[in-house]
Amino acid sequence: MTPELGQLALILALLLALTQSILPLLGAWRGNHALMAVARPAAAGQAVFVALAFGILAWAFMRFDFSVQYVADNSNLALPWYYRFAAVWGAHEGSLLLWILILNLWTVALAMFSQKLPEVFAARVLAVMGLIAVGFLAFTIFTSNPFGRLLPMPGDGADLNPVLQDPGMTMHPPMLYMGYVGFSVAFAFSIAALLGGELEQAWVRWARPWTNIAWGFLTFGIVAGSWWAYAELGWGGWWFWDPVENASFMPWLVGLALIHAQAVTEKRGSLRAWTILLSIFAFSLSLLGTFLVRSGVLTSVHAFASDPRRGVFILLFLTIVIGGSLLLYALRAPKVAHGKPFKVLSRETALLIGNLMFVVAAAMVLLGTLFPLIGDALSLGRISVGQPYFGLLFPLLMAPAVFLMPFGPFLRWGQGEPAVVKGVLLRVAIAAVACALVAAFLADAQPKAMLGTAAAVWVVVGVTLYAYKRWREHPRGRRFPAEMAGMLLAHLGVGIFIAGVLLSETLSVTTDVRMAPGETQHIGSYDFRFDGAHSLVGPNWHAEQGVVTVTRNGNPVAVMHPQKRTYLRGQVQTESAVKAGVMRDLYVALGEPMDAANVAGAWSLRLYYKPFIRWIWGGGLLMMLGGFTCAADKRFRLKRSAAMQPTTHVRNDELRPQETVA
Amino acid sequence: MSRLLPFFGFLLLVALFGFGIWWNTQHDPNEVPSPLINRPAPAFALPLLDDPTRTVSKASLLGKPYILNVFASWCIACGEEHPTLMAEGSQLGIPLIGYNYKDQPEDARAWLARHGNPYHMVIADLPGRTAIDFGVYGAPESFLVDAHGVIRYKHIGPFTPQIIATELKPAIAALQKEAP
Repeated sequence: MTPELGQLALILALLLALTQSILPLLGAWRGNHALMAVARPAAAGQAVFVALAFGILAWAFMRFDFSVQYVADNSNLALPWYYRFAAVWGAHEGSLLLWILILNLWTVALAMFSQKLPEVFAARVLAVMGLIAVGFLAFTIFTSNPFGRLLPMPGDGADLNPVLQDPGMTMHPPMLYMGYVGFSVAFAFSIAALLGGELEQAWVRWARPWTNIAWGFLTFGIVAGSWWAYAELGWGGWWFWDPVENASFMPWLVGLALIHAQAVTEKRGSLRAWTILLSIFAFSLSLLGTFLVRSGVLTSVHAFASDPRRGVFILLFLTIVIGGSLLLYALRAPKVAHGKPFKVLSRETALLIGNLMFVVAAAMVLLGTLFPLIGDALSLGRISVGQPYFGLLFPLLMAPAVFLMPFGPFLRWGQGEPAVVKGVLLRVAIAAVACALVAAFLADAQPKAMLGTAAAVWVVVGVTLYAYKRWREHPRGRRFPAEMAGMLLAHLGVGIFIAGVLLSETLSVTTDVRMAPGETQHIGSYDFRFDGAHSLVGPNWHAEQGVVTVTRNGNPVAVMHPQKRTYLRGQVQTESAVKAGVMRDLYVALGEPMDAANVAGAWSLRLYYKPFIRWIWGGGLLMMLGGFTCAADKRFRLKRSAAMQPTTHVRNDELRPQETVA
Repeated sequence: MSRLLPFFGFLLLVALFGFGIWWNTQHDPNEVPSPLINRPAPAFALPLLDDPTRTVSKASLLGKPYILNVFASWCIACGEEHPTLMAEGSQLGIPLIGYNYKDQPEDARAWLARHGNPYHMVIADLPGRTAIDFGVYGAPESFLVDAHGVIRYKHIGPFTPQIIATELKPAIAALQKEAP
């Protein structure tokens, strides 16, 4: 009976979502306060029912209710409870439910914190959030019901996709969705602004922390996914330019552009249309990511669902949401250039160049991801582009942005001072060249290692110089406001990330070897001794586990246990053993036994020595931290006095400079 | 006008995705062309489920075509497929051989006793090593092997009456046509 209650809860949530979107929009149009006031309670009610549905599904997993098809397909009696909980979002239907739940969390937060916004504007924002929920709820109810029954009820279920049976991977989807869905706030703001015909700087200021937080979560989700790929897939890579990774990377890039564009619009009033367009793009790409993963249009290792009916539904939804908002943009976007003028040498220019680079890079990734589809459409056969395409173009596009990074903070708004730029240029260039020469000496003059060191030092020294300038010129307590600290942290993260990528790429040592028990391999300055393999049984898998003892100059470093697991469904999953360190990772993956009948004998093994690889994720985490820190700035809290003024009366010359009809 | 550009760009994308969905309905996205199709089936020698002392090998089956259907008692999709095999297995005109995959013999025997046995004979691959040679990556999966021991058709996932009618039977008919 309870699963049907879950379904009922979803239907009630859909009705409330319809209420939340239609009535406030009508109210905002007719100036009806009662209709506008419906938005908040409807949003709260919808969240309660969605949470109820989510809880009922989780409860079905906890109780092994295999009469629910989704539970029977994704769990079994042997699956530990924490993976049964994670199994709620382990496949298509449940992950949609998680998506909606997170959308509701954002909406409720928005409803709570938007009390100080003008009534009409807040009503429109919440209505747009409601419209998005309508689409996703209808999609779930009509094409992907997680509460469908299975009769007769099987005695035991299948299994959760073993790929997801890993702590890093269970956290990956919720974090990613927090990011995807978080961009809906900036989106709703832009649509509300387009509907109302005005985008006030004060509202952009209020929207900024939401974008930063969403972007921070997205960063964390991507870092977790990358870490998982590294630890689980058994060949030590951390990014594969797989369509599904790209699906999360495109909104990340556009979100990055949006964060910087919002800063310009909020502080200077310029780039308004661009900020609106980027908000639409960021959320559209999040939806597109969901579409690409869920519709089966691109076949990939991740694509769990490919039902043409679902594909058509999502495409229809995308057309309405994205097509509608782009049309609205075309009709209503501010036609006149707002804001204070700026010279060529200014912070605005630097941010704009960075912005263009991020957006072009996102377009490049989109093109590469869709290449197989374009190939089919033009009857060119199956073409897919991978590492060679992305690996060449992405660094090229990012180079200008990285080059400008040290100067951005030093440049003044409006008009920068050439002398300051020259001073910074001289210092970062000297530091970068000097460190590159040291790296050349240490890394046998490998160009990539030198380049990586130079670029990382370029960025880090730039950040440090600016931090020092703030330290010197400002009194205690006003040196690093949260917004500033966040920027410095995130930029520092970029430097660390670059160093991690290029140094680990050039200095890593990888060997595929056949090892009999007792044999030793020498890699880097480490000795890896294979001590044989034995069988092992886990709750829902059995495995062969190897034992590898690592020593350095005779001193023990680690005993590592790589596994090759076979899950109940018969899928085989490698569990690499990683000995992590700040300066280097040691990584062992178990290949195949040389003689299938004798697992205690010789095996093929993959041994890696990976210096600086951890800096990649460390850099990513710093970027995330930067995003969150920025959002904590007190300046972003809305002051009642400033925002409560009716929009029509705001004709402040500071905010809306001379409008001349072109 | 330039403000409409993003909209037109998006329309292009929609057209492309619409095409993608249509393309997927025409082509099976799961159809990974098996490198084994039109290649000799790997040599195997496996015990009979009902009598482990007797072994069936590839050589002993040469001479007439047969279908190898990979199944297991732990496999839910196999349970979905089973009624179809019960109904149609005997009407295919060639033997349907069960390939019991990574299954305890007693579980498999109990499962067949409960749901019925559509198979001409059942061979058992408890360790699943031969299945690796066949490139099996899950159950159910089926192979059509011709009289010369060459794999001519492969189906991943459960058979439905529709797939049997539109894919398997034509493939069998093609075999019988080329037989002298």
